Amino acid sequence: MTLFKLSLKELQDLFTRGEVTALEIARAFLLRMSQVEFKVKAFITQTDRETLLAQAEAIDKDLASWRKTMPFMAMPLAIKDNICTDGVRTTCGSVMLEHFAPPYDSTVIATLRTHRYLLLGKTNLDEFAMGSSTEHSAFGPTRNPWNLKCIPGGSSGGSAAAVAADECVAALGSDTGGSIRQPAACCGVVGLKPTYGRVSRYGLVAFASSLDQIGPITKTVQDSAILLNALAGPDPLDSTSADQPVPDFTKAVKKKDVKKLKLGVPKEYFTEGLDSEVEQAVRSAIDEFKNLGGEVREVSLPSTEWAIATYYVIATAEASSNLARYDGVKYGFRSKEKQNLLEMYQRTRAEGFGSEVKRRIMLGTYVLSAGYYDAYYGKAQAVRTLIRREFESVFQDVDLLVTPTMPTPAFHLGEKLQDPLQMYLSDIYTISASLAGIPAISLPCGYSQLGLPIGLQIMGRPFEEDKVLRAASAYEQATDWRKKRPVIR
Amino acid sequence: MKIDKSEVEHVARLARLEIGESEKDPFSEQLSQILKYMDQLGALNTEGVPQTATVREQTNVFQEDVPHPCLSTEQATANAPQTEEGFFLVPRILNDR
Repeated sequence: MTLFKLSLKELQDLFTRGEVTALEIARAFLLRMSQVEFKVKAFITQTDRETLLAQAEAIDKDLASWRKTMPFMAMPLAIKDNICTDGVRTTCGSVMLEHFAPPYDSTVIATLRTHRYLLLGKTNLDEFAMGSSTEHSAFGPTRNPWNLKCIPGGSSGGSAAAVAADECVAALGSDTGGSIRQPAACCGVVGLKPTYGRVSRYGLVAFASSLDQIGPITKTVQDSAILLNALAGPDPLDSTSADQPVPDFTKAVKKKDVKKLKLGVPKEYFTEGLDSEVEQAVRSAIDEFKNLGGEVREVSLPSTEWAIATYYVIATAEASSNLARYDGVKYGFRSKEKQNLLEMYQRTRAEGFGSEVKRRIMLGTYVLSAGYYDAYYGKAQAVRTLIRREFESVFQDVDLLVTPTMPTPAFHLGEKLQDPLQMYLSDIYTISASLAGIPAISLPCGYSQLGLPIGLQIMGRPFEEDKVLRAASAYEQATDWRKKRPVIR
Repeated sequence: MKIDKSEVEHVARLARLEIGESEKDPFSEQLSQILKYMDQLGALNTEGVPQTATVREQTNVFQEDVPHPCLSTEQATANAPQTEEGFFLVPRILNDR
């Protein structure tokens, strides 16, 4: 049996029944990584072989006397490298944190550690999660497993590529403007951005605090529900985490239809710039929802066209503030040049940050600076309210919104690297849900003629991940897309 | 909005970023292009629209002020570039006299 091909659910079942040992799981994934990682380059840090095997052996030994398992026990996961792992370096894809080993676990990792999961490694990302292609990593780009010349998407490109390449059974990413959904679409896997506040951000290195959210990247929708069950819930260590009831999300994926659900198709998501193959695939998916008993209607979200401008004002403003902490004093990189304190700050930041991070810090500092604050930051926050209100109004009429995740399939490495604005525009369909703080999932809905995956996005009301998951799962079950796997060459 | 070289220098100073001479023109060009795109927001009427700073509709979150275990000095300074006797060490900021 090829363990690395299994879904999280399948691997959990085998392990719970005692049909496979933790050691067998660890060995299978170490083997898989040794076969494909040099091509995909999904990881910044891989757990060394001896450590991983020792952890697995310890699990097997403890179970020998008393077989009591937990859902994530021995499950081999990959974690985006901006999520703090106690004692395991967390670089954020930056020279600034190249040697930073956090002295504590993020809340999501603390939970998984209680289950005794297996950390396979920390995955590549655009530096500080700022980017849409994983090319802005100080450690070099990750490749798309479906075509090694293409980007895996970003910023959680390493996590999405690792799942697509079967280098892990599931992964965690973070999403600020599409950083889970867009790479999931590029790599043909399932990526869920939960409602803002659903999952604790404690220990997630801050980029834009009002938008950041941790979520699962998985092979199936059911796996996404299983992971969300473990991650969701209030946390005293994150005051923005929501004290909302957490349902059993796996119940939502058991239904095989979307009967009694109203699905809206926002016409602004099907305008110029949308690739014809993507449009065709998404339109077919919408027809499939009709077959599954859903009531489909066209809706309008006119403020969609302002979303990117709004997002890049707010996200860069928050980033410039959050990244002020990297000053070469408390942790991280410090420039070696002899200098006074101010020069030390300036040189440290000049040498420690890459070009995209500097660009965003500059933009954010500018829109917050005296004389421009109201025109940019204040204005963008008001437009954010308009965008939220439109969603609230549309969600009075429909339960879910169905759109493309990305206007095109994955583009080529280098294609948009010299043109930051073009790179930003590739986030056009994912950004609105981030600004409104609503849950959204991306799952495969077809392949281009060149064999690249196409992503379908489903958005829902705040804290209604269950409906989002139900629709996504019904569609996934009714189609065969997930059975197609990349051949890595 | 056009952002010229002197504004690039000003913003870099505010952001505590040293910027090389060769980086200034590309920054000026790229930032101007992006800000021009952002300027489209100016066309929208947002009079009387409240601002959204966060989607979580909460004001204050309170907790009991109870002591709990925290990082030791050693743990908290373990990642620092330079320390001395449990303190973070930085270049001198005061003159001798």
